[in-house]
Amino acid sequence: MSTIAAARPRALSFDSRFLGPILITCILVGAHLSFGILEGYTRIGAAIVTALVAESVMGRLTFGRWPHLASAYITGISVGILTRSPFLWPYVLISLISIATKYVLRLKGRHLWNPSNFGVSVALFLAPSSIALLSIQWGNVIWAMVVIWILGSVIVWRVGRLHISAAYVASFFALSWVRSVVTGLPVLATVAPITGPMYQLFIFFMVTDPKTTVSSKRGQILVVFLVAVAEMILRLNDVIYAPLYALFLVGPVALLAEMLWD
Amino acid sequence: MLRQRALWFVWAAVLVASIAGLVVLDRASTARGTVTSADGQRRFGFSMREVAREVGVSFVHQGPTFDQRLNHIMPQVASMGAAVAVADFNKDGWPDFYVSNSGEGSLNRLYRNRGDGTFEDVAAAAGVADVNRAGTGVSMGAVWGDYDNDGYEDLFLYKYGRPELFHNDQGRGFTPVGERAGLPKWVNANSAIWLDYDRDGRLDLFIAGYWPDEVDLWHLKTTRIMPESFEYANNGGRKYLLHNRGDGTFEDVTEAMGIRSKRWTLATGAADLFGTGYPDLFLANDYGISELYRNDGGKRFVEVGRETGVARTPKSGMNAAFGDIFNDGRLSIYKTNISEPGVLVQANDLWVPTRGAGGATTFDDLASSVGVDLGGWSWGAQFGDLNNDGTVDLYLVNGYVSAGERTSYWYDFSQIAVGHSAIIGDAQNWPAMNGRSLSGYQRKHVWVNDGRGRFVDVAQAVGVTDVYDGRSVALADLSNRGVLDVLVANQRGPLLVYRNTVQSGRHWLDIELEGRSSNRSAIGARVEVAWSGRVQAQEVSGGTGFSAQNQRRLHYGLGSADVVERVAIRWPSGKTQTIDRPAVDRLLKVTEPE
Repeated sequence: MSTIAAARPRALSFDSRFLGPILITCILVGAHLSFGILEGYTRIGAAIVTALVAESVMGRLTFGRWPHLASAYITGISVGILTRSPFLWPYVLISLISIATKYVLRLKGRHLWNPSNFGVSVALFLAPSSIALLSIQWGNVIWAMVVIWILGSVIVWRVGRLHISAAYVASFFALSWVRSVVTGLPVLATVAPITGPMYQLFIFFMVTDPKTTVSSKRGQILVVFLVAVAEMILRLNDVIYAPLYALFLVGPVALLAEMLWD
Repeated sequence: MLRQRALWFVWAAVLVASIAGLVVLDRASTARGTVTSADGQRRFGFSMREVAREVGVSFVHQGPTFDQRLNHIMPQVASMGAAVAVADFNKDGWPDFYVSNSGEGSLNRLYRNRGDGTFEDVAAAAGVADVNRAGTGVSMGAVWGDYDNDGYEDLFLYKYGRPELFHNDQGRGFTPVGERAGLPKWVNANSAIWLDYDRDGRLDLFIAGYWPDEVDLWHLKTTRIMPESFEYANNGGRKYLLHNRGDGTFEDVTEAMGIRSKRWTLATGAADLFGTGYPDLFLANDYGISELYRNDGGKRFVEVGRETGVARTPKSGMNAAFGDIFNDGRLSIYKTNISEPGVLVQANDLWVPTRGAGGATTFDDLASSVGVDLGGWSWGAQFGDLNNDGTVDLYLVNGYVSAGERTSYWYDFSQIAVGHSAIIGDAQNWPAMNGRSLSGYQRKHVWVNDGRGRFVDVAQAVGVTDVYDGRSVALADLSNRGVLDVLVANQRGPLLVYRNTVQSGRHWLDIELEGRSSNRSAIGARVEVAWSGRVQAQEVSGGTGFSAQNQRRLHYGLGSADVVERVAIRWPSGKTQTIDRPAVDRLLKVTEPE
């Protein structure tokens, strides 16, 4: 999730790369103080510190300069929020994996996967007994959700990526109806996941990541629609972590296609 | 360029090593502290054998059937009610037990211990069998306590429905006295305990509602009855703290005493957790955080869950048990939750008391550190020294709905669980289960305490191999042999009796208390046994675990030690008593001094 962190500064008077960290920190602090979503600060602290240290070391040694750490901070905090485990080691390893992908899995100067999407997806797939995904609401009051949606929308709009989030949300709702028709499930049951916080992070921080999305606006909308389609296919096969896996599968393919096209 | 390439290989190695580390550590964490080879008795000093039918216990629990609008999720909403509670109801010196049934019109059982290793069902003759009649609700559990101090354990039955209090007529039968006692008309409860919260020498009653009282599950006015959130629900049943007036009636002092919870409580426990001599209340809540009510001198309860740490994270609490796992006089709280590989890893909690800033008691969760965190969809658990080695072990049952094998409702469950209250709160929005399992057919856990702060799961090695949907566990020395046997009530399954065989050469001491100025059941008494440099604390309980009650007497394993230096008793009245060097390998009966 390095979306907004890497976006070019625009009208705002300060470095807009800080927008993402500020938003996600506000979400975390607000959610924890209101609803206690964390079991303490040790695990998320480990995730953040690991990401920052790994980014600093790898960036400095690879490029010969200290990297801007906003992106790594978002990666670490995202890992800390999204991951649920009674152990400490997953937080360290997932953060390390996430950052390492930026320096290993790259082509033509771009990394192919959204870092935390890669790290969390791999962990969920390979270590299912110890790791799960954040799968709860943040409270049961509507205002929390509304505030996050509004804040998130404003910020992605400021960095010119609202169309991506909007396209995904629209696709999700449309395809939820399709799933409801196919499975016979109540449509509210198929829509329910998007009301949870995992989706808020996914929509505002993952699918909008400029480093791992294609360049053109139309392309971005097409790709995010394809992510939603892949997610639907996975959901029809009862894959619980469908959105993460869908982005994991579609994102790099789209980037590669763009590189080949260019 | 060469340097760049070399660095790429280094980072690639880091990436591969980290991914490999995930796999290795994941496997290690699940296999951690598990012994499966069948040499449990030799290695751990005990073995279990299921003997229910041999000893005359042939009970299979029946589940309820609610309003047809819940048909699509009936296995979930009708997933509780199997319960077992132990007491010597006829004072013949042998522990008996009461088993609840939950099918409409089904019969509960009271198994009388014949004293020869077998049991007979005397519930019908005693008047405590036919308690699930239409219109009165169905049983969810029961707890024993001598509320009138006549020397005989009375029986409180809680239900999704009308609760009942049965007066024990000197062990010859029971008389329903709930109406006269002033019990609430209808409570959808999954938990109740006896305690003497104000230490006036009379047992009071705490009943924890799960569904709201106004919900009649057989005749729904609306389908908007479900929890408003998977982890933040506050729309469950109210609680009842009923003060015993001493004349056979009870008064509702819940609000006056500061208890206003409407969380979805599944288990309640009372123990002196702050060293005041008064019993505090711990509530394990489904769909939310736990609650810990500190008892301020019997005058009021103050909810201190958040400041003490036990209410830090919302989970799916289903059990409340207390154990002195380090033999240092501190009682830890064991609360069970849900862990399903690949889906939801809440992990169980072991809240160990510690001294926080300013000397206040706070709790740290050490479940992961000691190895009792991952127990599947965990339900009832009890502490007890199963191998008489001098440390308390932990017996845990699990499994939610075992229906179609190799089928899973988890995907649909995970969809609805994250939904906003407008969605999750309406049963109509819940996907149909269609015969699928939800964390079914799970292996149980018998965690042996190694005395050095680690627990090892030996269930398979010692013969605990069932995979029923376990709910309630109770520990009792059914044959007065100085070992703890295990009773397990399974939802829509058989009641299991695990007979425990402990390696010879291990000593023990059982202690049975009778109060005088304290309540006669001595519920709330704290007993510390000191031997060989160890001190183990236990408290007499009025109900613990999930819908369960262990035997009234306290059991201490002593290992190879054949001398106990001291037994220190703090009675609920506040009186203290010390017994030096009692004989071991026997039952020590102690009556409270005048």
